[in-house]
Amino acid sequence: MKLAYWMYAGPAHIGTLRVASSFKNVHAIMHAPLGDDYFNVMRSMLERERDFTAATASIVDRHVLARGSQERVVDNILRKDKEEHPDLIILTPTCTSSILQEDLQNFVNRASIISDSDVIFADVDHYQVNEIQAADRTLEQVVRYYLDRCHRQEKWDQFLTDAPSVNIIGIFTLGFHNQHDCRELRRLLRDLDIEINQIIPEGGSVEDLKNLPKAWFNLIPYREVGLMTAMYLNKEYGMPYISTAPMGAVDMAEWIRQIKKNVNTLALSSSSKRVDYEPYIDRQTRFVSQAAWFSRSIDCQNLTGKETVVFGDTTHAASITKILVREMGIRVSCTGTYCKHDAEWFKEQIKGFCDEILITDDHAEVGDMIAHMEPSAIFGTQMERHIGKRLDIPCGVISAPVHIQNFPLGYRPFLGYEGTNQIADLVYNSFALGMEDHLLDIFGGHDTKEIISKSLSTNIGLIWNPESRLELSKIPRFAREKVERNTEKFARQKGIETITVEVIYAAKEALNT
Amino acid sequence: MSVKINENITVECETGNYHTFCPISCISWLYQKIEDSFFLVVGTKTCGYFLQNALGVMIFAEPRYAMAELEEGDISAQLNDYEGLKKLCIRIRKDRDPSVIIWIGTCTTELIKMDLEGMAPKLEWEIGIPILVARANGLDYAFTQGEDTVLAAMAHRCPEPEFSVRKPKEIIQIFFFHSRKKEELVEYANHPSLVLFGSLPSNVTSQLNLELKRQSIKVSGWLPAQKYTDLPSLGDGVYVCGVNPFLSRTATTLIKREKCKLIGAPFPIGPDGTRAWIEKICPVFGVETQGLEEREERIWESLKDYLDLVRGKSVFFMGDNLLEVSLARFLIRCGMIVHEIGIPYMDKRYQAAELSLLQDTCIKMCVPIPRIVEKPDNSNQIRRIRELQPDLAITGMAHANPLEARGINTKWSVEFTFAQIHGFANARDVLELVTRPLRRQKNLENLGPTTLVRK
Repeated sequence: MKLAYWMYAGPAHIGTLRVASSFKNVHAIMHAPLGDDYFNVMRSMLERERDFTAATASIVDRHVLARGSQERVVDNILRKDKEEHPDLIILTPTCTSSILQEDLQNFVNRASIISDSDVIFADVDHYQVNEIQAADRTLEQVVRYYLDRCHRQEKWDQFLTDAPSVNIIGIFTLGFHNQHDCRELRRLLRDLDIEINQIIPEGGSVEDLKNLPKAWFNLIPYREVGLMTAMYLNKEYGMPYISTAPMGAVDMAEWIRQIKKNVNTLALSSSSKRVDYEPYIDRQTRFVSQAAWFSRSIDCQNLTGKETVVFGDTTHAASITKILVREMGIRVSCTGTYCKHDAEWFKEQIKGFCDEILITDDHAEVGDMIAHMEPSAIFGTQMERHIGKRLDIPCGVISAPVHIQNFPLGYRPFLGYEGTNQIADLVYNSFALGMEDHLLDIFGGHDTKEIISKSLSTNIGLIWNPESRLELSKIPRFAREKVERNTEKFARQKGIETITVEVIYAAKEALNT
Repeated sequence: MSVKINENITVECETGNYHTFCPISCISWLYQKIEDSFFLVVGTKTCGYFLQNALGVMIFAEPRYAMAELEEGDISAQLNDYEGLKKLCIRIRKDRDPSVIIWIGTCTTELIKMDLEGMAPKLEWEIGIPILVARANGLDYAFTQGEDTVLAAMAHRCPEPEFSVRKPKEIIQIFFFHSRKKEELVEYANHPSLVLFGSLPSNVTSQLNLELKRQSIKVSGWLPAQKYTDLPSLGDGVYVCGVNPFLSRTATTLIKREKCKLIGAPFPIGPDGTRAWIEKICPVFGVETQGLEEREERIWESLKDYLDLVRGKSVFFMGDNLLEVSLARFLIRCGMIVHEIGIPYMDKRYQAAELSLLQDTCIKMCVPIPRIVEKPDNSNQIRRIRELQPDLAITGMAHANPLEARGINTKWSVEFTFAQIHGFANARDVLELVTRPLRRQKNLENLGPTTLVRK
């Protein structure tokens, strides 16, 4: 039992529902009590979805507790089958069904005999995996189900496409800027003259899954979801995959080179010609993406050595850290992720790019770390944005979990060459806002706000007299908190209870010597 | 026009596959109402995820609620529940020092049969803070019924009254809104004490207090009060009256356990409801109402612009917060046509007066009594909405955008729970909510197609 106010990743069933509702004509039925269908609200609100979310609940109530779900789950599956004719129905367990330990697999078996739809039981355990892991597993489960069946029926067409082609795996609903990223990837692949065989799960059809192996290789833009599927396809069908995230100019180039390698390897055995993408990379990096030029411009010079903190999912936190350090010359004091299950990969990726690594899913720990580091800017999730607000530190949102403002209508990819421009804007705006703030302070500004202590730490027992308060307010805002804290630290060390103007300056002197 | 109406109210029941909020959401308004409380939800990540998403930005404001998140060890009883809860409660006492900790039982605590009621008194004695237990779970309840479970638990903690009948007459001066200059001496009638139950924002409680004060009736207290330490006295001879339609458990507890006398009345939502509410309370204390009819008339007068907008328009309640009957009754009185009143749960005894007012209103307005559907089935309802094409569907957020995309105006039902809708003064707020989609539609009239879905 632990005290919790906030979590970075949701419960397992959310992951399954996200995969299910991303596919076309797939319906999820949750085995859950009243009120657990909150996913529908999120999808309808955050994604501003125009269609009814294809997820319903088979309600668990008192009667179910007393007598078991009995016919209810089967009835609900068959009813959905009749009403909506989905290709696939996924029975989704929740924390409640984990405890009830009913044989839901048995219900699925019974229902699948009668129903026209395919029916599967999502193999996720609420107490073992979180939202992200569950999404990864469910996607793999669905792909495996259709490929296995196809295999058994020997309706097998294993020939690769003539021209080079790829599958993009892991674009899905409620993903951070996924729709825009997807559009950007399409554009890139068209530039490279590579066909897209399938994009799953978003907008994909389960009936087409049997054709997945026709692609030459797989692209996994975000390692959180899709990697399991890629590994399965690699093991069973020998499909290579690229799990580098094409985020930032350097990784973009790396990603394209990996594509080249894969294309050329397979081109040997087919009639296709070998490709060379170097001129493309060069042109894009120098002229289409503004990020490389931006790094050399005067603007970016001012960012040299500024300290930042990065926190988010593994893909975004690692990529943004690398962009800040090697593409903009900004110092990253600490990088962290809440994806504890993938910590090893993460540590390896950012080794040498930051001073400290933080692996935690406790937002208070992240808050304390930020308060302690006092960076000039934060790049994190919505939670870090709020921590930043309290500490008066600007924050750019780079990763889920997010609010509705992170589902912009305008085109805002994080991936690809356009993505590098978006990220550069995001980074620059976060710092520039902070800088303007400081200039206002230095030149007297229009800051009439009273000082409120926004410190996350406690400062018990110290009294600032009115003169010292006034003096503190004259100090530019960006330095004020630091001065306040240092003074208090000094006072505490010296056993001073009332802070006067003298104490402030004594503290300053003590610090300088 | 004469329409012969000769029907009784019937309540149909569907499958119960409908969307609503989990009842633990009640903590979002109750922690704000009861200033010295702390709510501890004993549940899983699922509960926490719902709270953090449903309550949005509140999460960042250091709220006085938290999750006691159960882990696998708690479920399989490898860990000691009592010690776990004790540790958390001691930490809460240290960080926040509340006057009361309210444990919210969830589906999981029900399923694993965690004995919260048994542990609470023991822990309460050990750590010195009152601990209440409310089983606000999705197995048994919907949305606003969560408040009902909390208030029912709280009723047990109300002190015994010292006097069953109030002290000698008090004479109080009050200023009437409409006659500011004229000071009137108002005398409270000598009546037994009256306690109102239901959580409302403090300015709404004072509005309702004042409304009764005009009729010389004194409200001795509210359940809940602004502070836990100010709970009203309850007991034999105390009269109680509800202000919200979802408080049937609380009402039952007050009657059975606390020996209070319940005044069955329609709920003070809309000017008609408010008047009927006062008119039910006054005679109980032998008081004749004064100036109510004129007051109601004046309110209707002030709503004229909105009434012109809604008159003749049709509305469909999908049902998720139990306010539906009262709202439908008010909207029918406003001249709207109600196709269907979906409602999660219908307590015909507790809502008796409201139902009969609904019936009277329908007769008065010459419209048939709408069908009331308990435990509705959302997919059936959506089919009915498509057939009926109502001018407005009052529905949850899960269906709002998809319906809008299909050209159906919607109003998010949860807003009625959070807005101030009680009493004469707030009738305008209800209509402000109801007319907003209609006004928006008017503003966008010339924008082109209203259905924006791919077929």
